[in-house]
Amino acid sequence: MNITTILFILLSVMAIGSAVMMISSKSPVHSVLWLVVVFFAISGHYILLNAQFLAIVNIIVYAGAIMVLFLFVVMLMNLNAETEPIKNYRLQLVGIVAGGLLLLVIISAIMKMDVEHLVQTKDGDAGLIKVLGMNLFKNYVLPFEISSVLFLSAMIGAVVIGKKDENVN
Amino acid sequence: MDIKLYIILAITLFTIGMIGVLVRRNAIIIFMCVELMLNAVNLLLVAFSKMHALNPSLSPTVASDAQIFVFFIMVVAAAEVSVGLAIIVMMYRNVHTVDVNFLNRLKH
Repeated sequence: MNITTILFILLSVMAIGSAVMMISSKSPVHSVLWLVVVFFAISGHYILLNAQFLAIVNIIVYAGAIMVLFLFVVMLMNLNAETEPIKNYRLQLVGIVAGGLLLLVIISAIMKMDVEHLVQTKDGDAGLIKVLGMNLFKNYVLPFEISSVLFLSAMIGAVVIGKKDENVN
Repeated sequence: MDIKLYIILAITLFTIGMIGVLVRRNAIIIFMCVELMLNAVNLLLVAFSKMHALNPSLSPTVASDAQIFVFFIMVVAAAEVSVGLAIIVMMYRNVHTVDVNFLNRLKH
């Protein structure tokens, strides 16, 4: 068992355990913090796959910006109190059974797969900033520009939705 | 590292996110579970990209296409989060709750 396998198992256990803690913890603030741990574990997987650019972007955008936005909204609404209302245990059981069956079916289908494909870890040029940047600005420059328009519309949409409507009240 | 291990890991994370969407009532936690599902897909795309990087007939540029897709998924997720959280804040301001069971007015 080499170091790559050990790191893979460690990061996978960290990701799955934190994800389970995220959906099972009562307080929304704890859920947000567990999700940050999941994102760090996934960034560790990216580093293991030598996708350095995506690892850094994942930490900055997801664990940094998006989760801070979530935390900000949770704090703003004062949801820290136990606000989870009347529970319907039968519905929860049905949800868990449905998800578990999906997992079971897909995993058994994957295990039946005969072909063996290996994944390149620790080296390779595909994840480096140079290769990604050349590809992005040569072949995907139109989607890149369109995504800036998407960001502009998202910003305007957030401002318009979040504005207080004086006409109604 | 076998690709099967990465597929199983991504499917497990995706399923945990799906169970969270089905089980929890808090709109913010449901939203976070959607983010978790997006991240599971991102992980799988990067793993497939590195699988094709081992193919000697493909250049690193072709293998890095999947990572460009991951980049665009992150862009769309950031835009989605800003609008979605604005909607949740607006909802909370009007109804004073984020429980999705109380938000069934469109049903009636």
